[in-house]
Parts: sequence; C-alpha cells; structure tokens
Amino acid sequence: MERPGRAAAVAGAQPRANGCSGAGHGTLRNGYVRRFPAPDTQVDHIVHNGGLYKRPFNEAFEETPMLVAVLTYVGYGVLTLFGYLRDFMRQWKIEKCQNATEREEQKDFVPLYQDFENFYTRNLYMRIRDSWNRPICSVPGAKVDMMERVSHDYNWTFTYTGRVIKDIINMGSYNYLGFAQNTGTCQEAAAKVLSQYGAGVCSSRQEMGNLDKHEELEKLVARFLGVESAMAYGMGFATNSMNIPALVGKGCLILSDELNHASLVLGARLSGATIRIFKHNNMQSLEKLLKDAIVHGQPRTRRPWKKILILVEGIYSMEGSIVRLPEVIALKKKYKSYLYLDEAHSIGALGPSGRGVVDYFGLNPEDVDIMMGTFTKSFGAAGGYIGGKKELIDYLRTYSHSAVYATSMSPPVVEQIITSVKCIMGEDGTIVGKARVQQLAENTRYFRRRLKEMGFIIYGNEDSPVVPLMLYMPAKIGAFGREMLKRNIGVVVVGFPATPIIESRARFCLSAAHTKEMLDRALKEIDEVGDLLQLKYSRHRLVPLLDRPFDETTYEETED
Amino acid sequence: MDIKNMKNYLYWLFCQFELITCSYLMEPWEKVLFYTFNITMLFMVLYTAYIYVPIHISTAFQFSRILCSKHETTYLVVIWTF
Ligand SMILES: Cc1ncc(COP(=O)(O)O)c(C=O)c1O
Repeated sequence: MERPGRAAAVAGAQPRANGCSGAGHGTLRNGYVRRFPAPDTQVDHIVHNGGLYKRPFNEAFEETPMLVAVLTYVGYGVLTLFGYLRDFMRQWKIEKCQNATEREEQKDFVPLYQDFENFYTRNLYMRIRDSWNRPICSVPGAKVDMMERVSHDYNWTFTYTGRVIKDIINMGSYNYLGFAQNTGTCQEAAAKVLSQYGAGVCSSRQEMGNLDKHEELEKLVARFLGVESAMAYGMGFATNSMNIPALVGKGCLILSDELNHASLVLGARLSGATIRIFKHNNMQSLEKLLKDAIVHGQPRTRRPWKKILILVEGIYSMEGSIVRLPEVIALKKKYKSYLYLDEAHSIGALGPSGRGVVDYFGLNPEDVDIMMGTFTKSFGAAGGYIGGKKELIDYLRTYSHSAVYATSMSPPVVEQIITSVKCIMGEDGTIVGKARVQQLAENTRYFRRRLKEMGFIIYGNEDSPVVPLMLYMPAKIGAFGREMLKRNIGVVVVGFPATPIIESRARFCLSAAHTKEMLDRALKEIDEVGDLLQLKYSRHRLVPLLDRPFDETTYEETED
Repeated sequence: MDIKNMKNYLYWLFCQFELITCSYLMEPWEKVLFYTFNITMLFMVLYTAYIYVPIHISTAFQFSRILCSKHETTYLVVIWTF
C-alpha cells in the first residue's frame, strides 16, 4: 500500500530516471531494507551487498479486482462451453474439422490432441489468432510496416491482400536502445564486414570457425561487463539451455525463480540436477530453500549438495519486474552458493551506463558468478554471451555443447554487436550511446507514469522498459490488438500459456528510438481504446510483490 | 441529441456485454445461438416473474396478516393452497 507520506518523501528526494543522476537516494517502500543510507552519503559499493539498496526500488503489483476476476472466468466459461460444442460438431462431422486430429491407424494409441492446451489452441486461441504473428516488411525500428492480411474462415487461414500498412508505431520490439536500424554506423560497419568476411564460416568455434572478430567481440564484452573473460554464442536460448548442463549436474541443486524463461527451465532440466522453485522475486522463499538445502542436504543420502546454483533474470519479460539483486547476492554469499544471472532484457536497458542490473544497483560484477545475456534485444543483433571468471570461461570453452557443436557467429552480426557495444560505452567518440540509455530511461518513466495516471493496471518496476498492461478478459485480448492496429499502433498481447489464465496482458516495450510525439500518440490511442474496452481497472491500491498471494504448490521437487 | 446519446450509450453497453461474455469473438451462427439462449432465458425469467410475483406478494401479505392474528390453521391452509 502506498502511503501519501512516503510518496511525498520519494517525490521530495526526486529520484532521477534510471539513476542517471548520482543523487537519487530516496526512501524505500519495501520492508526489506535494514539500513537506510543517509541522503548524499557516498557509500562504498561493497557495503551495499548487505541487503541495502542504493536507490529506490518501487515495484508493485496491483491486485486483480474481484469483479474483473469473476467476469474473466465467466468469459472463459462461455468460450469453453462453445468449445465443447464445436468439438462435438467436429467429431460428428457436422462441421469441417480443420485442426490436427489423431490418425486413423493410431486411434488406440495415447491421444495427442486431447489435453487442455490443445483444446485451448483449437477453440480459444484460434478466435484471436489474428493479433499474433503478424508479418512485417520493414526494419522494426520505432515505426514498422506491416503486411495486411485477412481471414475468410475465422482465423484458420490467412490471405494477404497485397497492401502494406505503413508507419505503425512499434511498441512490441525488444529494441530497447533503438539499434534495430538499417542506416547509421552499425549498418555501415556490418556491411563492410560482410563484404570482407562473407556471411558465415560454416564451422564451429573449436574447429575452423574462430575468427579474429569473435575474439575481439569477447574481449569487448568482457570489458563492457567488467568481468575477467567472456564468451559469445550464436543463440541466446542455446546459451542458457546448453551451458547450465555444463555447469551443474547430478548431486547439484538449482534454485530457480518461478517465472524464469523457458531457456533457463530447459537448461535446468537437461542438467539432471535437482530443481527447486522459489516464488517470484521473493527473498524469504529463496532463503528458506537455501537454508533447507544446507540443513538437510540431498534427499535420502543426506550428503551435502555439490553445488547450489541460483537462477535469476535481470528483468522478467512478462511481469516487468527487476530482480532484487542486492539481496540475492547477500543470500548467495551467506549460503556460499553460485549465482547465474540472465540479463537478456536488462543488458543495455538498465543502469546509468547501460551495463544491466549490476550497474543499476551499483554492485560489483564479480559478485555474480555467471553473467549471461543476449545480443538479441538491446544490441539489435543475435546471439548470447556468458561472462565471468577466466577459469569458468575456459572451462565452458571446452565443455559447453554450444561451444563444441554450434557453428560460429556470422561476422556481420558480430560487427553489429561490436559497434553497438562500443557506441554504448562511448568508445566511438560520441555520446550517442549514453544519450540513448538516458532517453530509454526517460521514456520508461514517462510512459509508465502516464499509463498509471490514466488508471490502467500496470505491473512491474517503475524503471523497467517492459510495461505489462493488464487486460484480463479473453475477448479484450483480441479487441485490444485489433483496435490498436486500426489506430496504427503495433502492440504485443500475451495470454495463456505465457501467463496465468486470468492474467492476460498487453506488453509494451519501450525504445530509445521512440520520440515524445510517438509516445504521446500511442498514449492517446491507448487512452481511447482503454475507455472503449473499459480497461481502466486500477483502484490505485498497490501491493508490494511480497504480499501478493501465491499458489501454495510452487514447491515442486524433481527428485529421481 | 439526447436520443443519440442514449443510443450511443446503449451501443456501448452492448459492446461491454459482448466483450465480457466473449460473444465478440464468436462466429455469426454461434452468436445467434448464444443470443437465442440468452433471450429465451431472460424471457422465461420475466414471464415467471410476471406469473408468480403477484401471487407471492398477495400470499406474503395474507401471511403477515394471519401472523398478526395468530390463526395457525388458516396459516397452514394458505401454505398448502399456494
Ligand atoms: C530471459 C531470456 N533468456 C534467453 C532468451 C533467449 O534469447 P535469444 O532470443 O537470443 O535466443 C530470452 C529471449 O527471449 C529471454 O527472454
């Protein structure tokens, strides 16, 4: 709950966007802080790791209003009933069956298309499918062109009309720093490298695919992150899913946040380690699991765990929340475990110099054992990296599957990353990069503040450039996507299974490339659509993340 | 002017109903089915109300009167006839 006194105190301290000014020591709203730093005391960063935030950490999630939740269930109820009706008609051949079905000769095998997710896809998702997977036909910068398409059979198939919808304001790309461009220094450098090196080497790094460009990139990334050494991979997803198994195995314990990305989940499962899940960003839950792990050791044998690895993300892309890194690091040190931080969304997008959450909280990069991130988002390229101690990276170079088997990165892509990282670091001799980081932080604050004022329910941290706007009802998912496209704004809507079934949302991703006019136009249209669809659910009652009700069933153990 | 506002308002209400019940997402024939069902239900509820509410009210009225005069037997008779 937000008390006016506190809010006034925060406003008084004037915390600046994304910590771009040094003087932002406001008060904190969450009950976690044990000591308050006196304003304008420059505390040494090592001291901060004792669960102490250097900057205000305002992260709040508004409860779902009861009425909205009930109406959402009513909507799903109606759709489910009609779904059963349609399934019945398909079964009895009253209606043409267009979805995948069991083959005649496999009738007696385990059914493939009868679980809930298939039912959902067939009968609910199909009705609103036109809001997803829209093909675009230009560079996805601040504005984007989309191909117009129509469906004559209620979204089972689409045909293109041949027309292009021009200049849609792009609120959906993870283009945080606006490096998705087809002009400018990055593009020129990449084009030059393309003509010099060609498009790819068709060999893995361990064989003949190792180019000087790759080595240059790794050195640069290590310098950017402030770690000893780094390694780059061609795909962010594979970086997670193939390196976690190289780091932990049987007899190890993985503590994973419940909302971690699929790549982390896959990596954890492939590793064969025991996985325990803590509640989203909830440090009490994490500490309890750590304590239990130390006290009880492995199940049955009661031997101590070989390693304990904590998996967290920098910014959670569905909730827009930022990890409580100072506390995670404090816990990690207290219980002598390892920390794997996935900075896919936060690298470039957070921190006064764009170096991710570690920079945002003013911590020491060496406190994070494994710094992982992707080049797909802020840098407008593709691939992933891992940074850390030299021994760790040397080990991964020899043992990680994605180092051994994957072909090396394409040189023009590498060049795009190099130029964009240099731009952010200011090594190209300009302040363009710094200005972009600052612009993104300002856009974020502005956009979030305006949406909150309009009365929408917005999730997440006020500094996170991922802004989820809650829609809840299934019909509103489709309606929101369509209405916004009608008004020339491209948005991403998210529903089950990416979110809990009643918490459907639209997710805006801000970019440094958005100008104030674009944001104002987008906000005006969102306001209009919000009134039209009655999306302004907010009653301005915020609950800090800790007090959110969670399921009791998240403590699942996978023991073999 | 007022009538136009009223019409707009009714249309808006109808849109909200469509969004909440998800009939916004339905195919035409499904909508027909859904609305037929709903209208039938509504009609039946109203009709039942029309038939029974006056009787209920009059019995309730009688009942309260009987209660005041404490005639147990007539009270039972009233219940049974109803
Ligand atoms: C947290 C997280 N990790 C990893 C990835 C995968 O990265 P990539 O898209 O580069 O494969 C993503 C991307 O969606 C992500 O959100």
